[in-house]
Amino acid sequence: MTRLLALALLATAWTAHAADEAEPLKLWHAYRGGEEAALIQVAERFTAKTGVKVDLLAVPYDAYGAKLTNAIPHGAGPDVFIFNHERLHNFHSQHLLAPATGVIVRSDYFPNTVQALELDGQVYGYPMAQKSLALYVNKKLVPTPPRTTEELLRMLPALSKADEGRFGLVYESGDFYFHAPFLFGFGGELFDASGRALFDTPGMTKSLAFVKKLQDDRYLPQEVSGALVKSLFNDGRAAMVISGPWFAGEVSPAVDYRVVALPVVSETGIPLKPFLGVEAAFVSAQSKQGEKAQQLARFLSTGESSRIRVTVGRQIPAEVAAYQLPEVKDDVLISSFREAARDATPMPSSLEMLRVWEPMKLALRGVLQGGTAPQDAGALADRRYRALYRERPPDASPLPWLGLLGAMALGGSVWVLRRPASALTFQQRYPDVKLAVTYLAPAMAGLLVLVFIPFGVGLSLSLFHHESGEYSFVGLANFVDILASRGYSITEPLSFYFTLAVTLLWTLVNVVLHVGIGLFLALLLKDPLLKLKGVYRVLLIIPWAVPNYITALMWKGLFHRQFGAINGLLVALGLEPVSWFAQFSTAFAANVATNTWLGFPFMMVVALGALQSIPQELYEAAEVDGASKWTQFRRITLPLLRPAMLPAVILGSVWTFNMFNIIYLVSGGEPGGGTDILVSEAFRWAFQRNQQYGFAAAYSVLIFVVLLAWSSFTKRLTRSSSEMLG
Amino acid sequence: MNRSSRLKLAAIHAGLMLMCMVTLYPVLWVVKMALSPTDGLSLSVSPIPDAVTFDHFREVLLSTDAAGRWVFGRQLLSSIVVSGATTLVGLTLAVSAAYALSRFRFPGKEGGMQALLITQMFPATLMLVPIYSILQKLHLLDSLTGLVLVYATTAMPFCIWMLKGYFDTLPRELEEAAVMDGASPAQVFLRVVLPLARPALAVTALFSFMTAWNEFILAATLLNDPTRFTLPVALQRYVGEHKVEWGKFAACALVVSAPVMALFFALQKHLVGGLTAGGVKG
Repeated sequence: MTRLLALALLATAWTAHAADEAEPLKLWHAYRGGEEAALIQVAERFTAKTGVKVDLLAVPYDAYGAKLTNAIPHGAGPDVFIFNHERLHNFHSQHLLAPATGVIVRSDYFPNTVQALELDGQVYGYPMAQKSLALYVNKKLVPTPPRTTEELLRMLPALSKADEGRFGLVYESGDFYFHAPFLFGFGGELFDASGRALFDTPGMTKSLAFVKKLQDDRYLPQEVSGALVKSLFNDGRAAMVISGPWFAGEVSPAVDYRVVALPVVSETGIPLKPFLGVEAAFVSAQSKQGEKAQQLARFLSTGESSRIRVTVGRQIPAEVAAYQLPEVKDDVLISSFREAARDATPMPSSLEMLRVWEPMKLALRGVLQGGTAPQDAGALADRRYRALYRERPPDASPLPWLGLLGAMALGGSVWVLRRPASALTFQQRYPDVKLAVTYLAPAMAGLLVLVFIPFGVGLSLSLFHHESGEYSFVGLANFVDILASRGYSITEPLSFYFTLAVTLLWTLVNVVLHVGIGLFLALLLKDPLLKLKGVYRVLLIIPWAVPNYITALMWKGLFHRQFGAINGLLVALGLEPVSWFAQFSTAFAANVATNTWLGFPFMMVVALGALQSIPQELYEAAEVDGASKWTQFRRITLPLLRPAMLPAVILGSVWTFNMFNIIYLVSGGEPGGGTDILVSEAFRWAFQRNQQYGFAAAYSVLIFVVLLAWSSFTKRLTRSSSEMLG
Repeated sequence: MNRSSRLKLAAIHAGLMLMCMVTLYPVLWVVKMALSPTDGLSLSVSPIPDAVTFDHFREVLLSTDAAGRWVFGRQLLSSIVVSGATTLVGLTLAVSAAYALSRFRFPGKEGGMQALLITQMFPATLMLVPIYSILQKLHLLDSLTGLVLVYATTAMPFCIWMLKGYFDTLPRELEEAAVMDGASPAQVFLRVVLPLARPALAVTALFSFMTAWNEFILAATLLNDPTRFTLPVALQRYVGEHKVEWGKFAACALVVSAPVMALFFALQKHLVGGLTAGGVKG
């Protein structure tokens, strides 16, 4: 019955997939809540006006960019999509965008919003809304907002009482997006005249020193997350918050607040200039209904749409005329954000900008967590930048490789054919071949298509270099770069050897703890007189049942600097709270704690089963011979456990070695990539560092080689252990 | 019972209770987050919430999208469909393959087993790019069918290994006896071997189900339509880049974990037998 039901459901899912034959315009976005509701209304208006149906699709933000770059070239993408302008270059270089030139009326919008969408004299996309940071002020605590940093500094001492959890200023200080206003306000630059990223500047040092002082004076909390900003502001424990328009939706109605432009830096006379993000409707280059799509995109950005997006979606429109509408004019929040955006610098949409984030995050966290002095941070970021920005290796000729492949195929077939023929015929040696094939074929087909072919493709990718959607054959250059540790010394977190050492340590510590704790608990549970055995066992295997990414996020919360329970425990014991992710040792320990919690039940269950299989008579006999408990454990329990535990240990070590979720979600590689293991490092090369798929594939081939070596070693281990038992 | 053994038992109880506390604490903490009215979390050790509200659950479970569709219901349905189908497909394929590997003689058997083991060592996150293109070619993107096939095949090597290990421990005499009685190979497999392998099948089914129920990286990449999302992808949306809604995350996390945990505990009796029997000879 259930089987039939499942099949029926599957069939409906299938037909639902195949049914979209009509030709509505596909519109993708990453909006939620009010913004989504507004967009739906706007789309309905468009349909009412033009008769063209619009299919909306809300894509989760985290996967959105990758999805567009994957789907559009395959013709599976939308006709129109809404995205922040910062990936303009990236999208353009992959030929995802159709120019808006000829349709767009520039004077409809604020000039800096159109400029943000301009590339080589063409405009791509229609600016819909602008997003930039501003100052949220709790009116009760701060009657007159500060206009300069001097005024701000004068106010802060009275507003902050760190011991009671009150702070004058709160913002996500570890995120470069939030630090950028300070950098520009202190006269810093991000790019030199040729457009290359620039880190080691006086402005950088001054801005970092300023923020660091705010934190040292405890006006600004440490390790601020979005959730903390929200909770402090809503509880009236944060007097001022730096955030964007999206934050307005999170402020509780009980807080009386206003939004103003960020203050001016007294030292330089320059306002704290946030990045301006322009949200625009882009038309896909692959759209089959280009004209209609342009029409829709323009409709989304102007007139009635602006009004709905303001009133329902609370967006800050990019259209000039919108500010004449009564609903918009009288909206204090909207107009103050528009006011605050006046000083904003459009975020560069170049590829270079995408490369700035990781080095800047490193420098910023280094300073805030106290490991790096503000004057050294620029140089640190610069080094990381150089390491990440790999020059494209020279093209290699694929001919020798094809030759090698051919020779191997030839050699292989010769070897098979020339093998001394056995005395028996094939049929005699393998009587059940036909049967075996029937049983194996379905599984083989599935594995071939979805495991072995991707695996082969992955292997060959490692010989290519990937840049902006194009692959070039580079031979072994990726491997040479990795193994020669080019661009960074061996002891730096980015080097393959450092990461390998961390990975091995990580695997070893975890496996030892898993087996140790698991075996210990199994021995406790084994006691025949023990009551409530079932209850204990059920409670102890809970961690195994919890999905591991939930475990990871849960423990990340537990280790949180401000509201984590672990620090709560430390404080309750009269100790200082710890910034867990500021140092390698503590961050590593946090990862290990999480993974140990997650992994010991498996080993416990295996050990329990293995203990049950040891005949009780052996112990009785030993008892008679007068052997002590310890001797019994060493001479009977351990040797007999070995064959059952060994495969589990090997499996566990492979799982731990590739335990991506925990590293990625708990420490996220902090500090400075130090706690990244090989898999998470490979993932970063592929998806966070300019899509270097080839380099990442080379990394994973090396991971694979390491594991292969490990498995052939353990194979010998298991063999010797089973031989030992006879 | 003499005094020393009573003391020993007390020590064992104390040790186990301590470990149980360590095990339960993080879970209780999540329960607290889910029930606390604000996301306003403070530094406190107690896992008992100061005030209780079911708002987070209500918002997670009952919210409708802008088109008035009950999102959670649809996502729950697609999670159930995907996980159920993955288990069914994966198990059917794995069980016959494992039986063949355990009982039949054919060339490439050893190599095949090794190849299966090796697939466990290739980092899955990097198969993503090739898998995407292949599903694209097969027109299975943004469909639950595609997702089921990917899950079933990626979980299969492990399932085959476990089942093969278990089959190896089953005495061949029973099958030989059945053959003597005139049973066909298929009958031997279906009537004799499968019923005997029930514990291992239960564990393998649990494993496949959990893989599919918990996976989110592939699901997030391969699915587009939010009403077709599986629950982990939905859950991930609460922990976004700028917005982290801990309360809703915690509530949704509990809802997502509850079924696997229930299933897990229903089958946990078999875990010990199923896993180790497979493991010993694996």
